[in-house]
Amino acid sequence: MTEAKMKGVRERKSRTRKKGISLLLNFPYLIWLCLFVIIPMFIVAAYAFTTGDGTFTLENFKHLSVYKQNIIDSFIYALIATAVTLVLAYPFAYFMTKRSEATQRVMMMLVMLPMWMNLLILTYSIMNIIEANGIINNLLASLGLGRLQMINTPGAVIFGMVYNYFPYMVLPLYSVLSKIDPSLLEAAADLGSGAPSRFRRVILPLSMPGIVSGVTMVFVPSVSTFYISQKLGGTSVNMIGDIIESLVNRVSTRNLGAMLSLVLMVVILVCIMIMNRFSDEKGGIML
Amino acid sequence: MNQNQKLIELCDVSVSFDDQKVLDALSLSICDGEFVTLLGPSGCGKTTTLRIIAGFIQPDEGDVYFGSERINGVPPHKRQVNTIFQRYALFPHYNVFDNVAYGLRVKNVPKDEIKERVHEMLRLVNLEGLEHRKISKLSGGQQQRVAVARAVINRPKVLLLDEPLAALDLKLRKDMQRELKNIQKQLGITFIFVTHDQEEALSMSDTVVVMDNGRIQQVGTPTDIYNEPVNAFVADFIGESNILDGIMPSDYKATFAGHTFDCLDAGFAPGEAVDVVIRPEDVDIVAPEKAMLTGTVTSVTFLGVHYEIIVDIRGFKWMIQTTDYCGEGETVGLYIEPDAIHIMKKSEYSGKYGDYSTFSDEMEEINQIPEDAEDD
Repeated sequence: MTEAKMKGVRERKSRTRKKGISLLLNFPYLIWLCLFVIIPMFIVAAYAFTTGDGTFTLENFKHLSVYKQNIIDSFIYALIATAVTLVLAYPFAYFMTKRSEATQRVMMMLVMLPMWMNLLILTYSIMNIIEANGIINNLLASLGLGRLQMINTPGAVIFGMVYNYFPYMVLPLYSVLSKIDPSLLEAAADLGSGAPSRFRRVILPLSMPGIVSGVTMVFVPSVSTFYISQKLGGTSVNMIGDIIESLVNRVSTRNLGAMLSLVLMVVILVCIMIMNRFSDEKGGIML
Repeated sequence: MNQNQKLIELCDVSVSFDDQKVLDALSLSICDGEFVTLLGPSGCGKTTTLRIIAGFIQPDEGDVYFGSERINGVPPHKRQVNTIFQRYALFPHYNVFDNVAYGLRVKNVPKDEIKERVHEMLRLVNLEGLEHRKISKLSGGQQQRVAVARAVINRPKVLLLDEPLAALDLKLRKDMQRELKNIQKQLGITFIFVTHDQEEALSMSDTVVVMDNGRIQQVGTPTDIYNEPVNAFVADFIGESNILDGIMPSDYKATFAGHTFDCLDAGFAPGEAVDVVIRPEDVDIVAPEKAMLTGTVTSVTFLGVHYEIIVDIRGFKWMIQTTDYCGEGETVGLYIEPDAIHIMKKSEYSGKYGDYSTFSDEMEEINQIPEDAEDD
């Protein structure tokens, strides 16, 4: 064998060995993935396409038309909540990058703080603040201003979602905005751009990947949210997540609930794919 | 182009960052169509000066004039100057065409005209055919050219260049030097060029402004700066020089290294202490019996064009460039023509630079400059 050939063989051998090692290292994750992600999805699908006694059926799918309005409502609520979160989080993240490093750390911690607390507790505390006899209404009453109907309104549900998912919007925005090279803004100013033009032509396009991942991270859980809407919306709002919960909780409607969540999953998947189109061309981050 | 007409004027400009004075009452005027280089070591204030002209920094004291108009406080986007940034600052989300077109789009120039002018610019910088290339797919030299095109397309009256060649390798740097000079001649606009590379400054400029410590040390043509440095700092920073303590016993006479020489300088008080500069290439090696000074060769370096030898004369180590080989330890004689001797008044820099006994240390310092070249 020539020297070159031997080298080729050695390289091939080491490549197969590397492949073997990476397979070995990934093995636990593959098992985990099968056991807790893929198999449960198949179970959901199996439920969705069967009746209570296990025979194949498409009836569940036909039944879904009853919940058409709830699906549409859920998407509208989620869209509004996502838009509000974006509008609030973008300036916040932008101004955060302009502060000193110590201030940035403190602000970041304040943003993350609610994430370390349980969702149920947080939602209950919001209830405490906005309910008919809550802190705000008691304050208004003591000032002689009369009480406001805040809880059990669509506004309360959107407030709850914005409050809950705000950190998930701030984090990706902050991470892209803080990476924009300040000399690019100087270059834009040097080439004749005033502040609005610098924002539109440089900051906004460069932060697009952060916007896409922030929007996805807020929109997806908002669509399927269930606890927040129950507690803050009462009977005024019936989100798809709440319906799935109540369907799955009763044995007789479990298969219908499975179909509903399967459809919701597909719709969300399509939404994400459309959104990634935006960041794709710009080489942004993918979710 | 109207040479000799003042285009930019800085009057007594001072700037401090965190209580540290970066520019100290700096005054400078730049004429229309001139190629001016601000030259100095890191932290001398040259980049700050450039950023004041661009409008990114406002002076704490003093005035900046553009033509006859005072432009203190005018934001960068309203100034008729464009900048080429040290690391180019090209927009990564745009391709070559969109980068170059940026300035015209901001000004709402019609589409057809943008297209035409961008192509004209890309032709000027030899980047035709790369319109749709992504910035990340360009080489350093190509990025440099995009930066030039992006700035020049706006037809600025003044182009500011902040160490634009620092990131390029030597060969490419030489090519770009020539090319920038050509572009400047073709366009006839003023270039203000910042560099710490004295060779670059000498070869490209009409006027060199040597700076140190936030102050201008000397303004002049490259020949003036090299042949008639005003103080030890300029003599040391531009090229190699032997700087000796001397005395002027009378006009046209200078005493140093234990010998009185004829020279061409006059106008000093009799017996005044002065700094004497002798460039290494101006010293002739002669037989010891014909010599004005004699010394021992302590080191020899072959540099291709010539030898660089260090000669110890009464404890002071001279650097001499010669094409004749001298062996280490040999005794050689030196002969210095009157026009090779340059006399300078004593200044705050006198005595700071010493002789060439610490030559290797100094080389190390010089080699470090490009790494921390970033000013302030």
